[in-house]
Amino acid sequence: MSIWEYANPKRFMQTSGALLPWVSIAAVILTVAGLVWGFFFTPDDYRQGSTVKIIYLHVPSAMMAINIWIMMLVTSIIWLVRRHHVSALAAKAAAPIGLTMTLIALVTGAFWGQPMWGTWWAWDPRLTAFLILFLFYLGYIALWEAIESPDGAADLTSILCIVGSVFALLSRYAVLFWNQGLHQGASLSMDKREHVADVFWLPLLVSIAGFVLGFVALMLLRTRTEIRSRRLRALEARERMS
Amino acid sequence: MTGKPDLLSLNALAVARGGVPVLEGVSFNLSAGDLLILRGPNGIGKTTLLRTIAGLQAPLAGRVSCVPEAIAYAAHADGLKSTLTVAENLRFWAAIHGTAGIDAALEGMNLTALAGRMAANLSAGQKRRLGLARLLVTGRPVWALDEPTVSLDRASVALFGRAVAAHLAQGGAAVIATHVDLGLDDAQVLDLAPFRAFSPAEGGRSTAFEGDFGGAFL
Amino acid sequence: MIALLLRDLRLSVRSGGGFGLGLAFFLLVATLVPFGVGAEAAVLSRIASGILWVGALLACLLSLDRIFALDHEDGSLDLLATAPIPLEGVAAVKAAAHWIVTGLPLTLIAPVLGVLLSLPGAGYAPLVLSLLLGTPALSAIGTFGAALTVGVRRGGLLMSLLVLPLYVPTLIFGAEVARRGAAGLDNSTALLMLGGITAGTMALLPFASAAAIRAGLR
Repeated sequence: MSIWEYANPKRFMQTSGALLPWVSIAAVILTVAGLVWGFFFTPDDYRQGSTVKIIYLHVPSAMMAINIWIMMLVTSIIWLVRRHHVSALAAKAAAPIGLTMTLIALVTGAFWGQPMWGTWWAWDPRLTAFLILFLFYLGYIALWEAIESPDGAADLTSILCIVGSVFALLSRYAVLFWNQGLHQGASLSMDKREHVADVFWLPLLVSIAGFVLGFVALMLLRTRTEIRSRRLRALEARERMS
Repeated sequence: MTGKPDLLSLNALAVARGGVPVLEGVSFNLSAGDLLILRGPNGIGKTTLLRTIAGLQAPLAGRVSCVPEAIAYAAHADGLKSTLTVAENLRFWAAIHGTAGIDAALEGMNLTALAGRMAANLSAGQKRRLGLARLLVTGRPVWALDEPTVSLDRASVALFGRAVAAHLAQGGAAVIATHVDLGLDDAQVLDLAPFRAFSPAEGGRSTAFEGDFGGAFL
Repeated sequence: MIALLLRDLRLSVRSGGGFGLGLAFFLLVATLVPFGVGAEAAVLSRIASGILWVGALLACLLSLDRIFALDHEDGSLDLLATAPIPLEGVAAVKAAAHWIVTGLPLTLIAPVLGVLLSLPGAGYAPLVLSLLLGTPALSAIGTFGAALTVGVRRGGLLMSLLVLPLYVPTLIFGAEVARRGAAGLDNSTALLMLGGITAGTMALLPFASAAAIRAGLR
């Protein structure tokens, strides 16, 4: 059995319907466990105090923001190459989740940055790159909304997603270059991996797993909704014809 | 041109407009000198069919086969620039299609006297004639025309009929969606009504729905 | 393809608006900024190159929606899609025409506006160089944005939303060339990156634009 069988909407609906409750439950358990563990059962950082605990929201959402875009890129390419409608709809379904994740990453970043750096916002390369990613998500969603023909919208957003990915990557490095050019070496480093000890690391992993499953659950749910609305369209079209 | 028996052939073509199948099972062959008139009520899918033949749209099912770059398409919009003169408009399309000389086309559509006039200052019928003159400069054997006689007066319709006849006599072919009598005797008429796509529930042929997006969910 | 370029240039000259409007907008931006940030020469000279880059970028954006929208409305785009020249070529030519009527004049007028914004003497050459090198990329990216929104009614705002994030790398490197040049620093890295972006977008984006037009016409 190949993975392409799920390209059949009917098949996808059956499998995703069976999977969805379990994924949702697992996502809730892991997210709650990760966050509670992280917030209440880890020691305060010796330098950052309790503010460090926002990483349990910040890091998973930031990771998801990027990974969801990558997933959209993959599904867009699958749509353009193999014309599987579920693939295009999955990309459409994922975009608002990615937008939300980017927003969470930006807002939690601001909350974290305020006590740490004394400012809500700095034009740090990483922050700026996320802001640009946010704009890419907005444009992508707006293009889906603007085009009436469903297949045309899928084509155009897929093309945008591919070209946008190249430019997003380019922007990432351009921003790195730009900021160093401005500040003569970044004074605000966001690189926290080296500061993270095992005590913080384990709950973070649980939290990340929770976010990933949460995304999968939401994405399945939204894709199912999209498929149902397409089915509705097809039924209406048939109704009009007879 | 005459080496190929079929300039254009449609094989069990199904087309969709806005994701909804409108026509299915359309088949015909056109060879040099053939004229096919498409008839059918509004909304049956004449424009969609012609756009598919022109390659602007992918068929839902079936095949359109023709000699490469054989189709000259003309629709409701003439593709004219109002700030260019009649001659400039034509010369542009001649250059794009790599053909030389627009005089014959101007002559053929009775536009020679208007050659220096801005397209903005043409009447609707004159614009239409200019749009049809564009066909003459494409040098392509198969004309796919969508309601070409809109806003033409009787004399111009006759003029256009003669242009089509001359084109056919030179080994061309044409498929025209129109309800006007062009005064051409040997035209075949294809009524599209029997090809309307029905859903399988209504006992229609199911081919159009199987390839269709909506069909995948039903 | 040359015929298409000449036609587009002729059209923009005849219709008047396209040419002057972008330049007037650029002038307005340069005039309004001192009202906003104060007229101190020290402040202005520091931000002059950045302001001019942002202004040029926005002025470019103004005329983007005309690239394909007009041809789409009058049917020319359908006809171009069925013409013997490839759509990729059409997209490349459209970008070139847009650059000639927008990017090039903006580049040429930028030094004059530099005077208004008390750009330091060392900044003029890098500013013109960066705009000359960077504006073709703005046109190529903009053409892609216009191609994406070709079938969208009143797609202007949507197009800005799509195009502006894509402009980020070009703006960063372009403004960096001008800024570092004005400050007397080494700007060769940024210059190379800007050249790379321009070369890459001009070479590759016409393919994406053509794919988008095909999808949009369907």
